[in-house]
Amino acid sequence: MSGDLAFGIELAGQGIANGLMYSLVALGFVLIYKATDAINFAQGEFVMIAGIVISALAGAAYEFPLWLALFAGLVFMVVFNIGLERVVLRPLIGRPIVSIIMATIGLAFILRGFGPMVFGSAPRPINLPIPDVPIIFGPFFFTPIQLVGAGISVAFLLGFGWFFLKTRWGVAMRAVADSHQVSSAMGINVERYFALAWVMAGVVAMLGGVLWGSMSGVDTQLALVGLKVFPVVILGGLDSIIGVVVGGVIVGLSEALASGFIDPYVGGGTKDFTPYVLMIIMLMIRPYGLFGRKLIERI
Amino acid sequence: MLHREAGFYKTDYKSDMAMYPLPISRFSALGMLILFGVVAPVLMTEYYLTLLSLVAIAIVGALGLNILLGFTGQLSIGHAAFMSVGAYTAANLATKFDLPFLITLPAGGIVAALIGVIVGVPSLRIKGVYLAIATLAAQFIIEWIINHSPSISGGAQASIEVDRPTLLGWRLDGAVELYYFLLAVAIIAIVATQNLIRSRIGRAFVAIRDQDIAAEIIGISVFKYKLYAFAISSFYAGVTGVLYTYYLGIASYEQFQLGVSIDYLAMVIIGGLGSILGSIFGAFFITLLPIVIRLFMENVGSLFVEPDVLAQVISQLRQILFGVLIIVFLIVEPDGLNRLWINIRNYFRVWPFSY
Repeated sequence: MSGDLAFGIELAGQGIANGLMYSLVALGFVLIYKATDAINFAQGEFVMIAGIVISALAGAAYEFPLWLALFAGLVFMVVFNIGLERVVLRPLIGRPIVSIIMATIGLAFILRGFGPMVFGSAPRPINLPIPDVPIIFGPFFFTPIQLVGAGISVAFLLGFGWFFLKTRWGVAMRAVADSHQVSSAMGINVERYFALAWVMAGVVAMLGGVLWGSMSGVDTQLALVGLKVFPVVILGGLDSIIGVVVGGVIVGLSEALASGFIDPYVGGGTKDFTPYVLMIIMLMIRPYGLFGRKLIERI
Repeated sequence: MLHREAGFYKTDYKSDMAMYPLPISRFSALGMLILFGVVAPVLMTEYYLTLLSLVAIAIVGALGLNILLGFTGQLSIGHAAFMSVGAYTAANLATKFDLPFLITLPAGGIVAALIGVIVGVPSLRIKGVYLAIATLAAQFIIEWIINHSPSISGGAQASIEVDRPTLLGWRLDGAVELYYFLLAVAIIAIVATQNLIRSRIGRAFVAIRDQDIAAEIIGISVFKYKLYAFAISSFYAGVTGVLYTYYLGIASYEQFQLGVSIDYLAMVIIGGLGSILGSIFGAFFITLLPIVIRLFMENVGSLFVEPDVLAQVISQLRQILFGVLIIVFLIVEPDGLNRLWINIRNYFRVWPFSY
């Protein structure tokens, strides 16, 4: 029994570290939803394309130094997302939600085809200057990249929390999220903040691409990380930054524990499945999530 | 004059309720029937007939999704999961109990409809984004359950082979027989949907889509009709799954993954939401798009890319074009191909005197 417990604690540590990295990906989704009410089904593809661009630039074909590749990836995501907001999302403002969802699904397809077409579809690594000697804290067991990832996630989540509470832009963005019309009447350039939200989502996606890419290598499979976003945001609440952290940790924990304890009985694959079951339960009892605003319309 | 639309007075209820009230619509329906029923099988080679068969299957599925999304306004990203439910139901009934096609086809639809109702229950409480994500979850959960229950999925490969369907002692073996059968099913589905939409249920669906609170107030039980919509839509999906199974000769969960759900969403949106003709256009468009791209690239593409990467480029190009088309239609023509068709028709209706 104590062996089980130790195993469980070890898995829990892994799960929390992974969960915080899910939070980082989900954060991009929440930023966009908060400011523009748009549902971004392409967040995973953003992560993927950022990873592909960075790994290709740092790789054999171009041989950029790592910092330059990272910077180029950042610039690419910012420019790309500004263009995206301008060309695709702005004409769709005020359309039914299904239009926006489908547009982002279309976008996901474009990115999935475009990335491999331009940069080649072979898997590539991202080599961060981080040792891969495992680190052991008492019962916990981490790889350094997990710790770095979790640390960056926490730093960015705190940073965005501060941004929304204290800065002028952050307050304006919350006003935009609350009501487009009123904030427009108060002299806020709503469209500029829409673009800002997409840019921030792009920056977060670039970080996610670097972290997940250096953990698992970069190819189109990296986009699958986007499928974890939905359980995270539903569990935590679609518009809450604290919710993203909590949801990410719950998803990471449930994945780790399910794959450790349930998989031996049912033959694998529970990892992809348990977060969705938790999500369905949450949708049934508290559709707005743990920390979301209770804006759900009763029907 | 055949194309005339004025001067046909409805003097009794029967002509008022007629499905094709104008001679032009009667004749065009008949013309389409002759075109696809007689001309196409005579003129086309087997390869093109199999393509048309795939289109016919896709029409059934697209109509089902359009009932849910276009007419009732409930977004579902789990359409393919219901197809897999129908497919595995039929495959299991056919292989384990040796039941004929005429029983497994509706049985697959009914089981899918039951599952659809279960998935539809959350629509009582949630809508829009949340419903989309809930149906997405249903897609994964159904896929996982089928994949991990050997009693449903038939063992390690998660696929069950089925024999060619036999209809009243007539074995549907060749491409032509199968085509005629699928054409018949597609026509039944089209006519059934047309009648459904004109009925009390269909009008309730449209009322819920346009304003659910107003619909509730005029006495439509929103919950009941939403569940009807999920059940009917899933029934169509289940039938689609059964047809795919018999068409391919195998029930495999790989045929019904998330990408297929999105293909069907694209059919409905590119074709035109809330339009039966649109579903048909969408089914043609999305089914034939990859084939046209492949034909084009095989003939012209070797000028631009190396032949050994051609296959990869084709699949990537398909994804890019697919995404671009969805976005372009959403931005430029939200009512889809159906609206384009109406515009063309209206132009020629008064041609050459366009004022």
